[in-house]
Amino acid sequence: MSIDTSKVATSNSSAALADKPNRVGAAANWADERLGLASLAKKNLRKVFPDHWSFMLGEIALWSFVVLLLSGVFLTLWYDPTMAEVHYEGSYAQLRGIEMSGAYASALHLSFDVRGGLLMRQMHHWAAMLFIASMMIHLLRVFFTGAHRKPREMNWVIGCLLLILGTLEGFTGYSLPDDLLSGTGIRAADGFMKASPVIGSYMSFFLFGGEFPGTHIIPRLYVVHILLIPGLLLALITAHMLLLVYHKHTQWAGPGRTEQNVVGFPMLPVYAAKAGGFFFIVFGVCALMGGLFTINGVWLYGPYDPSKVTAGSQPDWYMGWPDGALRIMPGIETHIFGHTISWNVMLPILVLPIVMFLVLMVLPFIEAWITGDKRDHHILQRPRNAPTRTAFMVALMTMYGLFWAAGGNDIIAIKLHLSINQITYFMRVAVFVGPVIAFIITKRWCISLQRKDQEDLLHGYETGIIMRSPEGGYSERHLPLSPDRAYVLAAQDRDPDVIAELEAGPSGPDGNGVEPKTGIAGKLEGVRQRLRLAMYADNVQKPTREELEAAHHHAEHEHELQAGAEGHAADGHQFDGHHSVEDDRLRADD
Amino acid sequence: MRFLNRSVGRLSRHRRRPLAGLVLLLLGLLLTGGLYSAFAPATASTASDNEELVAEGRELFLVGCAFCHGQNGEGVSTVNGNWLGPTLAGVGAAAVDFQVGTGRMPMAQPGAQNPTKPISYDQGEIDALAAYVASLAPGPAVPDPSDYSLAGLSSDEREEAIARGGQIFLTNCTACHNYAGKGGAMPRGGYAPNLSDTSAKHIYEALLTGPGQMDSFSNGNLSPEEKRDVIAYLYSLREQPAYGGFTFGSLGPVGEGLLAWVIGVGALVAIATWIAAHTARSNKKKGAAA
Amino acid sequence: MSDQHGSDPHGSSDDLPEKYAGHEGEMQAADEPIRNPGLPEHTWRPTDVDPKAERRAERQVAGIFGLAAVCAVLFVVSYFVFSIGGSPEAQVSQIGNLGASNVALGGTLGLALLLIGVGLIQWARKLMSDHEMVEMRHPARSSDEDREVTLKALNDGLEESGIARRPLVRNSLLGAVTVLLAPAVVLLRDLGPTPNQVAEDADYPGAGLEKTVWEKGMRVVRDVVGTPIRPGDMEIGDLFNAEPELVFAVDEEGEPILEGESLLIAKSKAAVVLIRMDPDENKPAPGRENWAIDGILCYSKICTHVGCPISLNERKTHHLLCPCHQSTFDLADAAKVVFGPAARPLPQLPLAVDSEGYLVAQSDFREPVGPSFWERDSQASTTE
Repeated sequence: MSIDTSKVATSNSSAALADKPNRVGAAANWADERLGLASLAKKNLRKVFPDHWSFMLGEIALWSFVVLLLSGVFLTLWYDPTMAEVHYEGSYAQLRGIEMSGAYASALHLSFDVRGGLLMRQMHHWAAMLFIASMMIHLLRVFFTGAHRKPREMNWVIGCLLLILGTLEGFTGYSLPDDLLSGTGIRAADGFMKASPVIGSYMSFFLFGGEFPGTHIIPRLYVVHILLIPGLLLALITAHMLLLVYHKHTQWAGPGRTEQNVVGFPMLPVYAAKAGGFFFIVFGVCALMGGLFTINGVWLYGPYDPSKVTAGSQPDWYMGWPDGALRIMPGIETHIFGHTISWNVMLPILVLPIVMFLVLMVLPFIEAWITGDKRDHHILQRPRNAPTRTAFMVALMTMYGLFWAAGGNDIIAIKLHLSINQITYFMRVAVFVGPVIAFIITKRWCISLQRKDQEDLLHGYETGIIMRSPEGGYSERHLPLSPDRAYVLAAQDRDPDVIAELEAGPSGPDGNGVEPKTGIAGKLEGVRQRLRLAMYADNVQKPTREELEAAHHHAEHEHELQAGAEGHAADGHQFDGHHSVEDDRLRADD
Repeated sequence: MRFLNRSVGRLSRHRRRPLAGLVLLLLGLLLTGGLYSAFAPATASTASDNEELVAEGRELFLVGCAFCHGQNGEGVSTVNGNWLGPTLAGVGAAAVDFQVGTGRMPMAQPGAQNPTKPISYDQGEIDALAAYVASLAPGPAVPDPSDYSLAGLSSDEREEAIARGGQIFLTNCTACHNYAGKGGAMPRGGYAPNLSDTSAKHIYEALLTGPGQMDSFSNGNLSPEEKRDVIAYLYSLREQPAYGGFTFGSLGPVGEGLLAWVIGVGALVAIATWIAAHTARSNKKKGAAA
Repeated sequence: MSDQHGSDPHGSSDDLPEKYAGHEGEMQAADEPIRNPGLPEHTWRPTDVDPKAERRAERQVAGIFGLAAVCAVLFVVSYFVFSIGGSPEAQVSQIGNLGASNVALGGTLGLALLLIGVGLIQWARKLMSDHEMVEMRHPARSSDEDREVTLKALNDGLEESGIARRPLVRNSLLGAVTVLLAPAVVLLRDLGPTPNQVAEDADYPGAGLEKTVWEKGMRVVRDVVGTPIRPGDMEIGDLFNAEPELVFAVDEEGEPILEGESLLIAKSKAAVVLIRMDPDENKPAPGRENWAIDGILCYSKICTHVGCPISLNERKTHHLLCPCHQSTFDLADAAKVVFGPAARPLPQLPLAVDSEGYLVAQSDFREPVGPSFWERDSQASTTE
């Protein structure tokens, strides 16, 4: 069987490019003779990208990064990263005459004495939030569809690094205005650092150039914010994109789509127009949000003063989850041999995020180790067809969400009229129990959906038409799926038969496996086998060809029984959305 | 009336206890003090007016307040030693004007937090109640509008007062009431209320008397001028435009994060769906249509 | 390494599904229940077959671009029309109660950009060809020949360098590069002084993690205004946000003694809350019986969790709550933690009254204030 590629166009238009030597041609010639652009562009100008909404989530992150660069450059023209004290004499009356750092004064100047400055500040902040949010939903999409599998593991790791760097970039930016909120954030960060065993206070004194707050922290964070991390982000984004181009994008299963091809629209013109258009849309949404919604009104917070604080002192949302962990952690501290170990700070804010990110980064490798799968994968899996993986990520999301909610416990308390104490006690339990429940529910849900797919494949879809037989029995009429739809459902991978593996014992299902391993390797192998069992044992497998044929044979028999209704009014399938109704008569007797 | 009788009964049981004599003595002392404060500072011409007001207030008090606060505002304690209603001797007219004038009193049910409600009394009745409670023992009086008005200051002085008020606000108030005065959470379901609609007089009275769980900011703590400046700052915030657009409650980064996810990410994902969606199809064939 | 399972997934592309379907060689193509039906026939859009629809779409897209240009012009107009203040006297333009400049600039810029984006995408959706194209994938791995050639080149290069044959050269190079890390680390040494250096050498009072500017006889003054406090100024239920007198002190020429950095450092450790409660309600810790004056207590305002200033007090329960992470301290019970993530009580400042009747400190805090750190050893004063 071969794929019918005769219907596939290799070119969308027949008009060849004009060959006359015009100015554009001359310029192209000039450039190509020096840069060899043509051979570089040869493959890529018409590179094919598959089209699906979920493939554009990463693009949101890319374009919001561009917005960040553009608006950020504008901000640097006025922002002054100095902690030298000044008397504010600008336009914002409520703070006139107040002593503040030069950084905060310049943030006020940007907001109240530079036209469009407040807009740029707010766009920059909204774009930063969208940048990290879209990275996260992109990550979820990739994981839920199995796009992190071979050969894309390295790109997953790069993506995780981008997420960490983006978070750090956000935190450094949050700290720059030197208002009460950002100063409180830096103060808390100082407390986090001091909680590190042995080197904590040294880290703090080196970063702050002496005691908190000192005069060095803002300029240092500024350099990190506008040079170091953006440089790293740019480099990693470039690598991310190059790998994307090299691997070519994954695609959903469908007629004509295989592991060996990619079906979609060419870079030029369709994808360029769509992606370029999306850039303008992301830019426009940032501008609209910056214009319409206040974000971080620094003028209300006032300059940072280590003896002031405001209710609702929270980090930006992406730092909310470790902050939530910090809030619900019981106060445990150890005093030993003249030293203090602050478990209450160290565990939630230093250990937990690092562990979470490491777990995230190694997920593709752990999965590959369990599955033993060494094939390349370019066709995406529907989340339901990898129930354990899907459930695992939903469990992680649940945990994240609960920590996140704990980070806003005071706002939840006032908005929902609850007690912060009770929310905190609840969360202490929920962050452990919630993910387990979420895992179980998601896994069973996925398996139920798999069963439904199998039902549809074997017995057709439910038409909602109840047939009554001459004997008086009732049955619902099922009609076969369209061939394309059936193919999509049947295109999933078949899981390895772990039960058979188990029964065959350590020598492997074919009886000629390697020597059983001993020692640690053997124990690890045992763990792997148990995980494999947990991963696959309950999954529903797609029917074999024989099963499908048997089911269809049975269905034909049913059809014969029901044939009396064929062609009569309301035989059912005209209006169920699976058929075109153009040529069907609405009533049998029309 | 049954309720009133019952509370009287409870009081009389108290009276039979050994401590009753002491309580009575204290009551007497308080009453004397209250009478003194009611009469002493009053000028001759207003003395009789005030007396009438106190009498009217006492009538209202007996009907609306005495169940919890006792027949003479001495307070009623519960079996486990908590106050059903605390003693009102010494809380002053300011406390009454605040509590009743914001609808917090009369309380719907006892509890840690006393929310505002529609006001049950008109200003005349509130004044009478305040006068009666003020007559029990000396306490902070209802402030005069001139106490919290910037009238009479030059524009430079006003600006300076507002800026100073802002600093005092950020030092003393934002910890509970949030940087924009929008309120915040307190332990065990309590909360610091939103100040956006609280009148200058009520803010002043709250500072003086420390309602509910709030600390008091007596004149030894924040001078009358400093209180005035805080109020002026809060009013200046109300008058200034929302420079950056809609604020969604000024609750800080939590609200902003929610907005970024719901509106920002929501809109962009919706647009992505549109971009990748299939366009309408025709069942005509190219060429055949011509 | 990766191809030990026999079936080469990257074989000729003639009969892909069967060949590719093999999973670890144990599954046969016969298992695939449904064959790949191949790409569906292309269907046309109205704009492909109906010239009228095509022209309509063209006008629509052009119209969207035109609107974008109008918005861009409106942006420029808004820039000059709306005032953002700019000077103390100038009136800020408003739309409703919103700042007009920001809303108008953001609105027009946002719409202009959005419309260009929508126009481009509409162009792609309606007018550009939407024939799906197929491109064949290539395996990420290099071909075996390439690998061989690369390996050979690498081996040749290494062989010629003699890195394997001359361990002395190799190891000394590795050693030198390793030692070169030291300058890189040492260079960062002057990022800041160590905590001990600060405590010993700093030229401002109260330096170091263990100390604050409080000292015997220093007055407790109101924050912001800096006036000293008599016990009589405080009523029961009052909470004062206070500072050491030094924060507001000036020298003979009227210059503040603490300024800028030293001022912020002093405030970041020395800020306190003064609270007055009924003396009967206070349960002083052992040894602190004379630290309060008539029910007036003084505690560090810096949370022992991560250092937020803390002053959300419940007057009736004397519970002080931190707005950052909700640690709650009972001020009537030596500021012990009653809730939340903090592990240690707030340090208490022993109070006295000076000859003029003002509140003063008996001494500095008896333990370090603020968040915990490794070198801190304050178990004795905190575990009552």
